[in-house]
Formats: sequence, structure tokens, C-alpha cells
Amino acid sequence: MTSRDTILAAVRANQPTPTPGIPTIPLFERPPPRSLLDDFRDALVSMGGKFVPSLDGKPLDSLLKSLFPDGQVVCSATPEARGTRVIDRSTEPAALADVDVGVVRAAFGVAETGSVWLSEEELTTNALAYLAQHLLVLLDPEQIVGNLHQAYHDPRFKTARYAVLVTGPSATADIEGVLVHGAQGVRSLTVAMVPLPAVSC
Amino acid sequence: MKVGLFIPCYVDAFFPEVGIATLELLEKLGIEVVYPLNQTCCGQPMANAGSQKDAAGVEALFVKNFCDFEFIVTPSGSCAHHVREHLNAIPDTPEVQKVRRHTYELVEFLHDIVKAGEFPWAEFPHKVGLHNTCTTLRKLRTAKASEIDEPFFSKPLDLLRKVRGVQFVEPSRPDECCGFGGTFSVFEEPVSAKMGYDKVQDHHRAGAEYIVSADMSCLMHQKGCAERLGLDIRFIHIAQILNGSRA
Amino acid sequence: MRPINHAEASSHFIEAKEHLEFHDRRLWDLRLKRDRQAHGIPEWEELRNLASTIKEHTLSHLADYLEQFETQAKTNGAHVHWARDASEHNEIVYGILSGRSAKTLVKSKSMLTEECDMRPYLETRGIKIIETDLGERIQQLDAEPPSHIVVPAVHKLRDDVSEVFTRTIEAQPGNNDPHYLAEVMRRNTRPYFLNAEAGMTGANFAIAETGSFVVCTNEGNADLSANVPKLHIACIGIEKIIPKFEHLAVFIRMLSRSALGSPITQYTSHFRAPRPGTELHIVLVDNGRSQRLGMKDFWYSLKCIRCGACMNTCPVYRRSGGLSYGATYSGPIGIIIDPAFDIRKYSNLPYASTLNGSCTNVCPVKINIHEQIYKWRQIMVERNQLPLVKKEAIRIIGKVMSEPQLYRAAISATGLAIEHLPRFAIYNWLNPWGKQREVPDVPKQSFRSWYLENRTR
Repeated sequence: MTSRDTILAAVRANQPTPTPGIPTIPLFERPPPRSLLDDFRDALVSMGGKFVPSLDGKPLDSLLKSLFPDGQVVCSATPEARGTRVIDRSTEPAALADVDVGVVRAAFGVAETGSVWLSEEELTTNALAYLAQHLLVLLDPEQIVGNLHQAYHDPRFKTARYAVLVTGPSATADIEGVLVHGAQGVRSLTVAMVPLPAVSC
Repeated sequence: MKVGLFIPCYVDAFFPEVGIATLELLEKLGIEVVYPLNQTCCGQPMANAGSQKDAAGVEALFVKNFCDFEFIVTPSGSCAHHVREHLNAIPDTPEVQKVRRHTYELVEFLHDIVKAGEFPWAEFPHKVGLHNTCTTLRKLRTAKASEIDEPFFSKPLDLLRKVRGVQFVEPSRPDECCGFGGTFSVFEEPVSAKMGYDKVQDHHRAGAEYIVSADMSCLMHQKGCAERLGLDIRFIHIAQILNGSRA
Repeated sequence: MRPINHAEASSHFIEAKEHLEFHDRRLWDLRLKRDRQAHGIPEWEELRNLASTIKEHTLSHLADYLEQFETQAKTNGAHVHWARDASEHNEIVYGILSGRSAKTLVKSKSMLTEECDMRPYLETRGIKIIETDLGERIQQLDAEPPSHIVVPAVHKLRDDVSEVFTRTIEAQPGNNDPHYLAEVMRRNTRPYFLNAEAGMTGANFAIAETGSFVVCTNEGNADLSANVPKLHIACIGIEKIIPKFEHLAVFIRMLSRSALGSPITQYTSHFRAPRPGTELHIVLVDNGRSQRLGMKDFWYSLKCIRCGACMNTCPVYRRSGGLSYGATYSGPIGIIIDPAFDIRKYSNLPYASTLNGSCTNVCPVKINIHEQIYKWRQIMVERNQLPLVKKEAIRIIGKVMSEPQLYRAAISATGLAIEHLPRFAIYNWLNPWGKQREVPDVPKQSFRSWYLENRTR
């Protein structure tokens, strides 16, 4: 018998009396006291993220320059920003080691937690979201869902190879409970509310 | 109404005033109180140590002493809980089931059964810290536990609020365990003592002159700690306050 | 071998006053943060019920869900291995690494790999392992096991970390600023992420419906370990399975709220299939779980999602530290899991509890922890695991209490002893109660005597 067979046989033999099926999980939707956008902003900020409410009519590159004046190597996985480093599906993760600022567009956000959803589609090379020193995330305010129950109904979870809910920058409080940002991943995370560009025909 | 009074062994031996206060209080409320003379213990120390075998004789004796009462009342949350939930070193006969169903801790009994409205003879003009013991709080559920998301309620507070003069002060960790834990107090003495020290110092810092509780066992441990620390704080059972003790 | 002596270890922990005070305060603060989050969600208790229901259903159909998970994972392009026990787990992992000539492994936190004692096994076979979770790395560099499953170095103060880093990774001596120390770690670890041939993660949840697994971190170290090297190994205990993605929401909403009092971890990562041109290996591990599944009173412990809330709330854990339990899993959950691994070694652990029940109240999956602790004590007595002194003491008390005459004689004798013996005879090494407490005063008469005098004729 293989280990697989041994384990499954032991599990079958020992399983407790089957309990009834699981009820449908409610969505626990509540009309928010304020807007989803306000909830998202407050949650993001409490998790250490930065919130930019709009581009104010200015181009994205000028936001980049104002947020990251020293940003030498800018790598954008979205065509909306011009970077100094090209990224495509053949880019090796380690090649991104010197990136100062990564720019990505999130597929959606979650108001309950201030999270943004990214997958290999949005990242091109997954490691961009972690090797860059800073991350700028574009999010369409129309693409914010209320809570995690709603988020987990999104069909893209079942097709993405890798999907991550990112909430604020990398953090740790492992040394005497002191909160430090930029533990191993990005030192800062900024979410800028930028509507999806109009599709040109 | 007639009740069988169960007095835990350590109250019998070291804090008879708690038993006396319980008896007198019930009598003041018009209840006939009978104390079966051959009672000893509920079996908890042995059962909590894991030894059903050694608890069996004690539990059987308890049932024998109390099987004829419609109400069995004890000024001890941990004993009441043990009898209701854990009296299983002996077979679960109809007699045993009856005893289990009819056993009440004093506060629950006064609040839920007697629905005691007032205590006109009582006055306790002191700053008081209420210690809800872990058994009364989390097992008998006589008050809201801080971990659970539910509306506030507190049976001991409801009763104490009817006593003239009582001023409540709250420690910073109102329902953290005080560290008695029965045999824990002896077999894990270092942590037990530290927990007791922390508890009494917390109440003391909040300004409590008295710590009141529904379990004398916890108070016995806290008192031992406070005395060793030289802390100026006193300990009293809720039965004594409700019965009219002034100090 | 001697059983773990929690009480003795705790007395040393308590002596280090500054460490004790921080440890207790820090973990209590996490408990308070947890409360704030829990009370901020009106459906919190309903979520706990749902989580418990989902886990109980899954565990009672575990074989089917495991098979479904495996089928899906393989369809996705992952390799699935099965390990009956810790040694098989270690052999499988070594086989994967050596098969690809991988010499360096970066890994994120996995209690399962601690449980299997994987590091020494791989290290003696020439694999360099870098723990990338900050707390785990501190402990690795200090050659000490993690003390808490979520905050592994919570028992250390900043000076301790500074000392370890100065000794091992060239930190400036005397600089104990946590920001500086974290930066030293960041710079030290980064080259390993970039150059390691393999990365390893654990998993918080594995989803049968899709063959996916989920890893929750705050540092992003799991994502780096998994997304930089070309080989990702995920070690997953078989009890981590849940049926569907929609069920995940219930757990993710409660995991970080219970563990750290934040609504979610900074990174909640879902792995379904390998990146193109890379390999994903999943190792499903039994190591006693299937056996525990068959324990009528204890299988509920398999619902555990490793949040650590029970440790944070436990007044005993906070004052003794995770290392005093001598096991990978400590605190309340450790007490009910560890004896299943080694009943003799962990025979004292069920007594390292006051049975106060706070753990049960904070557990997001409603494990009846304190009730299982109580039941383990019965097992210890039945299997004769109690030290002789304890056993005898309980037997004698049981005998005395079951006979009214003996009981009354014992009370008089105790009273006389306390009243008449000199202090040194009462307060000495034979009397643990009296070490840091006064014994009660002796009243003029017992309740029973008073009753006889005042209420009977």
C-alpha cells in the first residue's frame, strides 16, 4: 500500500460520524454607514497603506514623481504608467531586485479590509509586488466590493494561478511588539483611485 | 420553600461565616434551610485531578445526602458546576440526575429562582471590586464574559446593586482568572501565586477596599496572596454582604 | 525520559521580571485587540458557529475532500505527495530538493515543519535553510525553538534580539532599535530570496474545490519564498482542508482578528497552480492526525486554524511562556494536542491549566479546549501517568472525603496544626501553598459545629 492509500484508509476508518451539510454562507452585506470608498480608505490607512483619492486631472506620471521623487527604477505592469524598466511574461523574478517603485492596477478592492486583489494577470511577474521597494496600486473606485464574502465569490480566484489580497505594506511587530513597515516586502503601499481607462475601439 | 444547604469543605473548615451568612440570608427570605449533617465534599478536587475512581465515593455520599431536596443550594460556583456537569464518577441513575438538575449556586438561586427583590437589612458602604470567578462566569454564565460578543448582563451585580452604600470599582482585567484553579494552586504554585498577586494588586490599584466573590476558594487564594504582600485589602463573600455584614 | 515539568520551567520564566512583564502585557494587548475586532462585527458569534460547522463537516468527510483536493491540484499541474509521518515528510522534501540539486531553501513559517523537525534533517544532508519570518529567523539564529505560533520571539526583548543579530549577522553592537534590527534582517535575507533554488511555505487552508491553498503572512516572506525560486514546496497538514472558496471568507475574516486584532493579514495569498516554467510540490502530512481523528473526545482539536488566540488569552501561558511546554504546540491548544504525540512526555501539561475556559471562548472554531483539558486529565490517571505523590494525595483526599467521620477528624487536625505549629513548621518546602501565600486563619468553630449549636436541639 502506498502512503496515500495508508493515510486515506486510516482517515476513512477514523472519520467521526458525518455531520450534516454546511448551510449557505450568508453574504453578511450591510448598508455601510458611509460609502464603500470611505470604508476602503479608512481600512487601508489603518493597515499602514496610503490613499490617493484621485489624480486631480493630472497625468499618472506626475503622481509617480510627486510620491517617489527619488524613484530611479520604476517598473510598471500596467500600460497606464511609463516605467524605466520593461516587464513582460519572460522577466525573471530576480531581475526585479533593483526596482524602486512597482506600478500595478488591481482587479478589485475590498472595503471591509482595505485590500486590493492582484494576480499574475495584474502583476505580469508576481515577484514585482514583493521585490519593489514601494508599490503604487491603481484601483477603479467602481471595483470595490463590500466584504470578503463578496470578494470570495469572484470567479477569478478559480482561474488565477496565483492571487493575493494585499492590504497595506509589508509589516512585522516581531521585535518587542514594535510595528515596522518594510519587513521583507514593500516598504510602502499607495492605492490611487483611478478609474479604468476608457476602452478605445 | 425548603432547600438543602451544601457547604464546601473549605468553607466548613476555614470560612464558616460564609456558610452562616448563606443560611441566615435564605432564612431571611422566608426559606427553610436544612443542612444534612453527614455531608463532606462534592468530589471536585479528585475529579478535577482526573481521578474518577477516587471521586466516586464522595459523589455517592453527596447524592445520598441530597437526593430528597427539590432545591440544593451552595455558596460555591465551582461546586455547583461540578455537581451539575461532572458528577459522572457514579452511574447516572434517576436519583443522580435529580440531584444534578436541582443544584444551584447561591447567586443563580437568588436571582433566577427566588427572584430576590431587595435586601433592606443590608448596607455595605465600601469600595468593592467584584471578582466573577471563572466557573460562575464561563460555565454557569451568571454574567457576560468579556470574550463573548453579547449584550451585558450580570446576576451578581443585579443583586449587589440592591445593597445600600456599595460603590463599585473595576480592575483593569476584570475577568482574568485569579490563579486558584483547585489543585493548580499547589501543583503549579509559581504561576498560581503570580496570578494571585496580579489579581489583588489590580483590584488594589483600582481602589477596592474589598474584593467580593461568589466563590470563597478564589478568595482564599487571593487573601493568602494579599496577606503575604502586606496589601491593605479585605475579602468577603457575596452572601455576607447580602446578609447584612457591615464589614 | 522525564516528563516536561511545566511548573519548574515557569518558575524560571517568572524570575525574569522584565521579560515576564513584557510577555504578559504584549499578549494581553493582542487579546484586547482581538476583542475590539470581534465586538466590531455583529455577526462574530455566527461566524464562529459557521467556522465550527464547516470544519466539523469537513473532518467527518475528510477522505473524500482529500481526494478531491488531490485531483484538482494535479489537474492544475501541481505534484501531490503523501507523508504518513514526520520522517516520511522529511524524506520526501529532501528527495524533491536533492532531485533538483537545490542547496538553499528559503521558507516561511510552518508549524508543521517544526513538528516534523525538518531543519536538522535537511541541514545534516547539506541543505541550507533560511527561515524568513522575522520571529522564526531570530529563533533560528539563536538555536532556540519558536515560543509562540504567531509571534515566535515574543519572549525576547529588543536587547536579546540585538545580541543575537550582533553575534550572527553583523548587526552593530548595542543598537537595539527594532526598526534598525528589522532593516538588518531585511538586507541579510534578501540575497537568499534572490538566489535560493527552492522556497517552502506551509498553508493555513487548502481548498478541495479548486486544489488551491492559502498562506497568510504580514511580511510577504511567503510570497517571496514562493514567487522567486523556481521550486515551491508547500507542506500541508491533512486537517487544513476546507470544501469551497466561499467558505474561506469565514476563516479569513476571523484568522487575523483572532491572532493579532487586525482585520486581515497584510498578505493573503492563494496558490492554485505553478508559474509557467516552475514546479509546485504539495506534501500532505498525516503524522498522527488520522489517529486523532478517531479519538472521540479529542478530534475537535483538528478544527484548529493556528491563530494563537488561545495562547494570548491564557493567563498561564502569558506567565510561563511557550517554551515551558516543551513542544511545538504550546498553550491551551498544545495541552490538548501534545499528549496524543507522546503521552508520557506531556503527562503534566493538562495540569498546567486552571480550567478557566477563556481559551474556549476566544477560539474562532469553537474548540471546547478546557473540556478537552479536563478529559486528558482522566486519561492521564487511567494510563497511570501521574507522579506517585500526586496520585497518593488524591487517593487519600478521596478516601477522607467519602467518610464523614474521617472528614471531620481531618478538619480538626488541620485546624489544630495550623493553630499550634510554629511558622517554620507550616511554611516550608513541604507546603507549596505557603511558599508565596499565607494559609487561612483557623476559625473558632467549623460551620457544622455552629449549625449543631444554633440550629439543632
